[in-house]
Amino acid sequence: MQTTLTVNGHTRSVDHDPRTTLLDALRDSLRLTGTKKGCDHGQCGACTVLVNGRRINACLTLAAMHDGDEITTIEGLGEPGALSPLQQAFVSCDGYQCGFCTSGQIMSATGMLEELARGDPSHASPDLAQVSADDAEIAERMSGNLCRCAAYPFIREAISLGAKGERS
Amino acid sequence: MTQTFRMDKPQPRLLDETRQGVIGTSMDRPDGPLKVSGQATYTADALPEGCVHGMLVRATVTRGHLRDIDRDSIADIPGLLAVVRDPRFLRNPAQGMAGEAPDQPGDRIDYHGQPVALVVAETFEAARDGALRLKLRFDSVAAEVDPDHATEVEPQDPTESGDWNAAWSGAAHQVDVVYTTPCHASAAMEPHAAVAEWQGDRLILRGALQMLRFNRKELADAVGIPPEQVQILAPYVGGGFGSKLGIGTEAVAAALAARELGRPVRVVMARQTVFDAVLRRTETRQHLQLAADAEGKLLALGHDDRVSNLPGEEFAEPVSSASQFLYGARATRFRQDMVRVHRVGAGSVRAPGEAVGVIAIEAAMDELADALGMCPVELRLRNLPDQHPVTGQPFSARALADCLREGAKSFGWSDRQAPGARQEGDWLIGMGMASAARPNMLVKSAARVRLSAEGAVVETDMTDIGTGTYAVLTQVAAEMLGLPPGQVTVKLGDTDLPGASGSGGSFGASSSGSAVFLAAKKIRDRLAAKLGCAPEDLSLQDGLARGANLEAPINDLLAGEVLVEEAEIKGGKTAESHFSAGFGAHFCEVAVHRWTGEVRVRRMHGTFAMGRVLNEKTARSQAVGGMIWGVGSALHEDMSHDPRTGHVVTRDLANYHIASHADIPRDMQAVFLEERDDFANPLQSKGVGELGISGAGGAVLNAIHNACGVRIRDIPATPDRVIAALEAAGR
Ligand code: FES
Ligand code: FES
Repeated sequence: MQTTLTVNGHTRSVDHDPRTTLLDALRDSLRLTGTKKGCDHGQCGACTVLVNGRRINACLTLAAMHDGDEITTIEGLGEPGALSPLQQAFVSCDGYQCGFCTSGQIMSATGMLEELARGDPSHASPDLAQVSADDAEIAERMSGNLCRCAAYPFIREAISLGAKGERS
Repeated sequence: MTQTFRMDKPQPRLLDETRQGVIGTSMDRPDGPLKVSGQATYTADALPEGCVHGMLVRATVTRGHLRDIDRDSIADIPGLLAVVRDPRFLRNPAQGMAGEAPDQPGDRIDYHGQPVALVVAETFEAARDGALRLKLRFDSVAAEVDPDHATEVEPQDPTESGDWNAAWSGAAHQVDVVYTTPCHASAAMEPHAAVAEWQGDRLILRGALQMLRFNRKELADAVGIPPEQVQILAPYVGGGFGSKLGIGTEAVAAALAARELGRPVRVVMARQTVFDAVLRRTETRQHLQLAADAEGKLLALGHDDRVSNLPGEEFAEPVSSASQFLYGARATRFRQDMVRVHRVGAGSVRAPGEAVGVIAIEAAMDELADALGMCPVELRLRNLPDQHPVTGQPFSARALADCLREGAKSFGWSDRQAPGARQEGDWLIGMGMASAARPNMLVKSAARVRLSAEGAVVETDMTDIGTGTYAVLTQVAAEMLGLPPGQVTVKLGDTDLPGASGSGGSFGASSSGSAVFLAAKKIRDRLAAKLGCAPEDLSLQDGLARGANLEAPINDLLAGEVLVEEAEIKGGKTAESHFSAGFGAHFCEVAVHRWTGEVRVRRMHGTFAMGRVLNEKTARSQAVGGMIWGVGSALHEDMSHDPRTGHVVTRDLANYHIASHADIPRDMQAVFLEERDDFANPLQSKGVGELGISGAGGAVLNAIHNACGVRIRDIPATPDRVIAALEAAGR
């Protein structure tokens, strides 16, 4: 079957099996392999992408469900020599080790910072009306992104640093 | 053929003399920009022209034989290409540094989940469908799967010293306790994967592997071709933690399927298969016996353990390894029982031995300190041996006392109160500490360095599994050749390059770094000759060579020439004359919820001495990563097996709990003390990747005791266990 996606600003048509996940369509059909598959079950966050601005696990949704949707993957944020402030912060804070969870962490953080900016509360918000971007909030909101190398403190340092850069 | 340098005596500290000033710095990883932009290519990212997809099928009996495969059961699947079944399939992955194929059992099944066939199809979806639906018939026989009840027990040779009864019986204080730890999974974020392609008789395999020099031989042996016909590529590996030390079934199955079909084949393990069929860390039962006099001097130290593995696997988790040299006692005893069970094979998971053994000895030391009414730091300081208590070797460099003292100071250990004394609402707050230790090794490693007007290129089949190899090898070469790091390119992960140690046992950076050091040193010598000075007078910095009142740009000395040097190093006499290990001290603060039993780590501080630090930033990441593994093993990680069939129950990341962001505080510190280990290698460096985990979980458990007064001896300290212990203690 055919699905048309707008990926990182480019309209792409994908011919795929009805069972193909958005993740596999991105990786294997469009060859955007920056998005990773760590579990294929929505349990690790390595496959996080933005769909119409919201972060989702690309392994838990079928490509067929996204006809006409706008997808942003890690490749859409920046590239070596022209990294986004968040990507650059991951480099300077060593917010990774093996790098396998990294695309997911960065995409998830990108979506998460938007949610914070909108004032969406979380389980960790002491006051639902007033949401701050402190470490407890970021830790809670990033907990869908596992990192077995356990770079967590440095990932969150990078997110804090990158958020400042993204704003300015 | 290059001559192999043997580490027979201490080497001059050349890296303290060189001028470039990049060694040891917090340089960003050169591979960082690729990793943060999704451009670093991992195995499963490859999809060569015409590549088809393979999915592994598992045995659903514990022990027996595969009788037949009903290929017709999936014949209706469009795009199905083959059901590959071959006697060369592996029972389980090769153990680290095996260099030969592991057991190839034919139709025999030894554990539930053993991969027995590969369904190959044009699409991933079709292959997955086929693998799930394929009907297999097995003959099944009874199997022992539970180490607590298994009857096949092999006692290993004990290590003993002194008169145990005399030391134990009259002691003023005794601790006699049993700790248990469950099985652990490496659970690297990158599932095991292989992409195999044949070019004539030559097999090219992209693989998620840690030790290519060994893996090439293992794969060749398994498939039945000479190693020269195998090339393995692994430029980026998404974490290993021991699980990718040896080749696994995915590699062999991909290779055989690709040959049969004449097309490239990609096999990526489903996450569940990673749990089912990749080597686990054994569960342990550890019996600790500590006896001390009234002053806290250890009289007897016993650490007996029971581990398990599949029949025929030689690997036995060296549980008491660090207990044998951390402290000294008049009498010591270390005994191990190996129990044979039909669970997936056991092998190396980050810091085999120390990861679980140091938790138990350090928790038992805390119990002893408690019995003595003594500060746990002081108890350890009083019992540091003068030499390795078992082998009698002097320590090459051991700054454990400094780690303990400095760590205590910077953490604020003196604020620690009596158990249960500190409360914040419903939370009970406590502090705990533990020592860390991990033996250090030098493993044969080769590297080639080329210097031209364009800069330097380092080539070795070494891997970077997240450990920072690209960074530290860049730094060693840049430092030695007097070049800015941007002029050094490091090429890794290709068996056509000189064979390195591989990544494992925390020896990768030191071993492969030493090979780069020696190759670069040969280039330095040639540059000195060109300049006209003695090698020891040469100084290189920012592309300039100086010496004996002479000065010239390196490029002028090269005059268009490309200098190429290769070097190989291996361990020598210093490994026998001295005992080399990294040491450290963990300090941890936890909060225990008095009603729910939840444990939160609030901050954790590790102080380590592991020789020269090659890159402060990547070393810190390694150390803190290890500490977080320690938190995970103390609080969350528990790989459960069904007691009837032995199959893995917690076979995905929702059921096997690794630490997540919310489990880990931002305040995780790793501090490195200045040290040089002259007996370790020419860099005077030691391993760090496994030092951080060693003892970390013990500090967490000890903090739990200080918070609420209970000892959790069956690990992990999950809320149910904490509540039960609090209730039993009447709190
Ligand atoms: S691959 Fe999608 S959440 Fe793990
Ligand atoms: S960097 Fe390796 S899993 Fe996160």
